[in-house]
Amino acid sequence: MNIHIKNGRLIDPLNKIDAKQDVYIVDKRIAGIGKAPQNFVAEQVIDAAGLIVIPGLVDVAARLREPGYEYKATLESEMDAAMAGGVTSLSCPPDTDPALDEPGLVEMLKHRARSLNQARVFPVGALTYGLKGEELTEMVELTEAGCKAFSQADSILTDTRVLMRAMQYAATFGYRVWLRPQDAFLAKDGVAHDGEVATRLGLPAIPVVAETIALSTMLQLARETGVKLHVCRISSAEGVEMVRAAKRQGLPVTCDVSMNHVHLCEMDIGFFDANCHLMPPLRSQRDKAALRAGLLDGTIDAICSNHSPVDEDAKQLPFAEAEAGATGMELLLPLVLKWAEQEGLSLLDTIARITINPAQLLGVKTGHLSVGSHADVCIFDQSTAWKVEPSALKSQGKNTPFNGYTMQGRVRHTIVEGHIAFSGITL
Amino acid sequence: MNNPQLNKNGELQHLLTTDGLPARILRNILDKATEFVSAAEGREIKKTPLLHGKSVFNIFFENSTRTRTTFEIAAKRLSADVVNLNIGSSSTSKGETLLDTVDNLCAMHADMFIVRHSSSGAVHLIAQHVAPEIHVVNAGDGRHAHPTQALLDMYTIRHYKKEFHNLRVAIVGDVLHSRVARSQIHALTTLGVPEVRVVAPKTLLPTHVEKLGVQVFHDMEQGLKDVDVVMMLRLQNERMQGALLPSAQEYFKYYGLTQERLALARSDAIVMHPGPMNRGVEIDSSVADGTQSVILPQVTFGIAVRMAVMSILAGTK
Repeated sequence: MNIHIKNGRLIDPLNKIDAKQDVYIVDKRIAGIGKAPQNFVAEQVIDAAGLIVIPGLVDVAARLREPGYEYKATLESEMDAAMAGGVTSLSCPPDTDPALDEPGLVEMLKHRARSLNQARVFPVGALTYGLKGEELTEMVELTEAGCKAFSQADSILTDTRVLMRAMQYAATFGYRVWLRPQDAFLAKDGVAHDGEVATRLGLPAIPVVAETIALSTMLQLARETGVKLHVCRISSAEGVEMVRAAKRQGLPVTCDVSMNHVHLCEMDIGFFDANCHLMPPLRSQRDKAALRAGLLDGTIDAICSNHSPVDEDAKQLPFAEAEAGATGMELLLPLVLKWAEQEGLSLLDTIARITINPAQLLGVKTGHLSVGSHADVCIFDQSTAWKVEPSALKSQGKNTPFNGYTMQGRVRHTIVEGHIAFSGITL
Repeated sequence: MNNPQLNKNGELQHLLTTDGLPARILRNILDKATEFVSAAEGREIKKTPLLHGKSVFNIFFENSTRTRTTFEIAAKRLSADVVNLNIGSSSTSKGETLLDTVDNLCAMHADMFIVRHSSSGAVHLIAQHVAPEIHVVNAGDGRHAHPTQALLDMYTIRHYKKEFHNLRVAIVGDVLHSRVARSQIHALTTLGVPEVRVVAPKTLLPTHVEKLGVQVFHDMEQGLKDVDVVMMLRLQNERMQGALLPSAQEYFKYYGLTQERLALARSDAIVMHPGPMNRGVEIDSSVADGTQSVILPQVTFGIAVRMAVMSILAGTK
């Protein structure tokens, strides 16, 4: 479709644009920035006066729960959530049932997602069969089927020999390996950060060393094998410092953090709020400060929603028995804006952390609005304040620790591949 | 954040933990218990009609004999109708969720729930779920809290020591897994005990335990020196697995309470234990049965303290 987005403030980090410029879309591509292409006739005009126009968001961790966990969420519900959150590209971890370890499963997921014509889905394939940490998956086949990286999701690979071989094999083909650092033994049965709150509440705890020991292993193996390592959902100050040091030494390592950990800490558990049962666990104030600083100085490349819709019954349980995870795609943009405002970061630098940076982590061509690129656009209103009401979320998961929070920044339109996939209520 | 145990007027709505309870509420419970102790000792008829016509449900998702029995006796002395439910874990494994079970019991017109559960926070979840006219008492949740045990311990200490503000108290044993220890620490610090010590090997202490306001000792002799009260904790047999301790023998050798070690405490020190005891593991029989032991009076006071808690809750509108 030919769309003219006029009068908006365009922010495109890759092209370093932050200016009032019109965007012209012809068919599925960006055809002009600031200046209409020749013979352009708009079929649809979006007046973005007072609004901000950015590339569609790229979320590197959004669980869609298909296949296997349709009682938690479906592709339909979570794609609606993505659109309402302005997320036009997302990568889903392989912890489905069955795990994303067969090309057929990946093709099916991509096909189902494509037929909905909403967000682009870039699956992260399983590094080992069934995420069991024993046998390598067919990474080449899985890549041809559409996988952009390989991961163990939250199933920790304990056998370091398998881990090393998986990295060697992935490095052979230049594939990315995404790992969440957590030592399985030290984290066993743990549900909260090993700190003051877990001590007070009597919750089985996960110490920071569970992260740093696993991270140390990963970094050494990455150095040894030359694999492109991406560290997922870093949670501790010490972990951030280790990634910073590794980057300084020139290791090809990247890193992301969940938006939950940028805004919350162990104190938010309060009196056993199961919505704050997250994995990795919410850590101390000091860790939170270090994560924010790491995101600010670029040690942490991207921020993600770590979207994990959970069914109501699985949360209405005592803290330790409740399933970990929170819904999040619809809150990603406002929570990133909130962080940036608190830190005094420019919008251009802020938006990079949810568009071009994660797109580069995934190795995909979205996340920017250059002429000729995919017409994936998010148009949002920065000035409107709104209150998070779980029942109003599109995601099937209503579980959020931000219930009742006031947010600033609301998506008005989401455009994917040149069609308007979402238009919110104009106030 | 609202304290889920108190109503809008600052009165006790539920008893879930001693953490965050004001000293006036703790003292009020102890004072009330005094009335029941005198009533029990001084009169032929031990019953009072304070909970007449009320239904008290003992819901135990985890096995217990002593705590359940003392709650039952306490409720009956207050003339309540008592229903005992040993749910174990079977009901939930049959597919009924914790809150479904609670809803069913609410439909049977319960006025008060006494709940024990193996998971920390389970009783908070129930308290947040029930209708406002129902009161919930935590009879032990996971490693989190066991407030009536701590209150009967406070009662016992006050009975023998009269005051809290001049005491040195040592809590000895598996603090990491102990809901009793957590509740004791909060109650002791709230009531003004200036020096609370925990004594245990590092494997049995939670991280940052000092932030609860205690001094940490790994050496039993140093930890017991000049204390007024020794509070022993039960050591579960399963702690020998999971690499927390090498053996019960070695534990007893370094952390068992013997007469020789007790001699390091003040000569009038009292010895307490929440029961059930493992003789020869955390405590020597000669100490458990000795003159400084107040372990059996603890049990007796436990009934009065639980009567006090239930009658105070029943009086909260």
